[in-house]
Amino acid sequence: MVQLQQRLRNAPPRYWLVLVAVLFFIGLPTVISSFQASEWALVLIFAIVIMGLNILVGYSGQISLGHGALMALGAYTSAILITRYHVDYLITIPIAGLLTGLVGFLLGIPALRLSALYLALATFALAVVTPSLIKRPAGLTGGVQGILISTPDPPQFAKDAFASVTGGTPMTSDQWMYYVSLVSALVLFWLAWNLIRRRPGRALRALRDREVAAASYGINIAGYKTMAFGISAFYAGIGGALYGIAIGFVSPDTFPLALSFQLLVGTVVGGLASIAGPLVGGVFTFWLPIVSSQFVGAQPWIPAQIASVFQKAGPAVTYGALLIVIMIFAPNGVVGLVRAGYMQLQARLRGAGDRGTGQMPPDPQTV
Amino acid sequence: MLVVSLAPAADAANFAADLGGETLMQEFVQQIVSGLASGAIFASLALALVLIYNAMGLVNFAQGEMAMFATFIAYTLISHGINYWIAFPLTLGIAFVAGVVVERVVIRPVERAPVLTLVIVTLGLATLINGAAGFLFGYVPRSFPSPFSVQTVNILGAFASFQDLSVIAVCAIVLVAIYLLLQRTTVGLTLRAAAHHPEPSRLLGVRVSWMLALGWGLASAVGAVSGIMVAPILLLEPNMMQPIIIYAFAAAVLGGIESPVGAVVGGLIVGVSVNLAGAYLPFVGGDLELAVALAIIVGVLVIKPNGLFGRAAVRNV
Repeated sequence: MVQLQQRLRNAPPRYWLVLVAVLFFIGLPTVISSFQASEWALVLIFAIVIMGLNILVGYSGQISLGHGALMALGAYTSAILITRYHVDYLITIPIAGLLTGLVGFLLGIPALRLSALYLALATFALAVVTPSLIKRPAGLTGGVQGILISTPDPPQFAKDAFASVTGGTPMTSDQWMYYVSLVSALVLFWLAWNLIRRRPGRALRALRDREVAAASYGINIAGYKTMAFGISAFYAGIGGALYGIAIGFVSPDTFPLALSFQLLVGTVVGGLASIAGPLVGGVFTFWLPIVSSQFVGAQPWIPAQIASVFQKAGPAVTYGALLIVIMIFAPNGVVGLVRAGYMQLQARLRGAGDRGTGQMPPDPQTV
Repeated sequence: MLVVSLAPAADAANFAADLGGETLMQEFVQQIVSGLASGAIFASLALALVLIYNAMGLVNFAQGEMAMFATFIAYTLISHGINYWIAFPLTLGIAFVAGVVVERVVIRPVERAPVLTLVIVTLGLATLINGAAGFLFGYVPRSFPSPFSVQTVNILGAFASFQDLSVIAVCAIVLVAIYLLLQRTTVGLTLRAAAHHPEPSRLLGVRVSWMLALGWGLASAVGAVSGIMVAPILLLEPNMMQPIIIYAFAAAVLGGIESPVGAVVGGLIVGVSVNLAGAYLPFVGGDLELAVALAIIVGVLVIKPNGLFGRAAVRNV
């Protein structure tokens, strides 16, 4: 008991932050409407995909502008299994993840031979081509119309538990999908955290910063790079499958080039090479277009015509400007800013004299 | 006919075969000429990419969007009653200045940052320009005037459209001008020196950083040519250049990304092969032509990463 107390007292503050965040996300649907829960489910799904992209870009130093395409693969895998072969939707999620992961692993093999620049080019082209590639096997993918997925009903135990907390309000399928996304996100973030702080994570960071030095220390460069691609695609596949089921519909236009951009923006804004970054990125990626267009729409002094144009163009302008500003002034994103602020605060509290003791320095600027 | 044709293209080919081999040959030549015309457009944009790559080892993902914006400027000038042949060089001048400004404001602060940072910044720039164009000019596609007649010209028994031939001619003039500028003038020499050997150039009094800006300006102007040439064919709207930039990537990669000659040759090859694939391969058709570009990019990168004219990369360890 004393030992436990000791450990609790010694736990770094970020553990408490994690606990608070998890409790917040568990409780959230009981206080917001079902529609809002469906929006937050998408936030969590974006966070999952961005976590995967972060492993690739932030930790292994490779780049992908084609993660929207990998999401599409996951979403279509799940949609086809559900509607054609009547597989249970929960089972299709890991299947979609594994299949996409395998494809990502295979993509990682030619990517080995490419510098960051060429890899960006190739994946960019992949993202552009994806919508027309999807339309082709129309029998399988439903062509331009896409595939409708019926939203799943929550199971009985979840209904009971939800009703007992909220005092009788029945659980909707949107709320159920929120919890499915939350559990997936928790598991995947936990996996990522373990991956990053152990041997593979150290190997990835080493080869990102000094490839030759890493190789001379016996790190299997090719193996770890393709592994990073595979894991990243696995996350994108799971995110894609959840995305399809959550919005109940997949079509070629669900996965445009802009989606791949948004994911990259989310990764960069949240903070490369951090675990909390993707969550910030998910919130940002999802809410920025909605909030900005609602804000402009609600301003009475802005003419309706300009407001409607802004709703189409505004997010792109904001995304682009933010991407540039963040890369110039805060290359480690929101999390990097918070971390730097916290370190400074701590240094001040501890007094200027013994600055630099104990704490390991944070990750160096990665990009 | 015994064979049931699968696609209109195959239909046309069979029809031509019924008429006789000569017609088939004519159609083939026509496809090649129009392929060369689109190839010349890709080549201009690819040359813009190569100029910036040579200056700072970076592929500018915003090149297409910059060209699109320049085309909108040309459109605005022309619709205000300015003659096409005055608006055209005027736009190139504006594009040049804009390119220099973009380099000074956006690229300069991250000049020495790793490639990944630069790529992300140019992507941001692309998104920003695309959104700005949508904001200022709207998303309704507009028809862009073309000074060339749609008449066809008879060369060697085949009919080529005057429009295609003029596009080829304009692009050729611009490419030759760039070649002369880089190889035969002092400015070109300083530009190349600053790009390849920045430190010695600085010692000799070349303002390397401003040379980078100059490179961006030139690239922006050359890219604008491709936008103005393609706009009458595609209809002008903010997303117009998205497929074109992919073809330009394919062209630059195929030619070897640091070689201006390679960009031109690559552009022509990509233009012709994409056009032929669209016309004669039934499964490619109209909508998978972009996939041909993707296949070229991936194929070249995996089989011969230095492209046709590039030098093998040597790296100090």
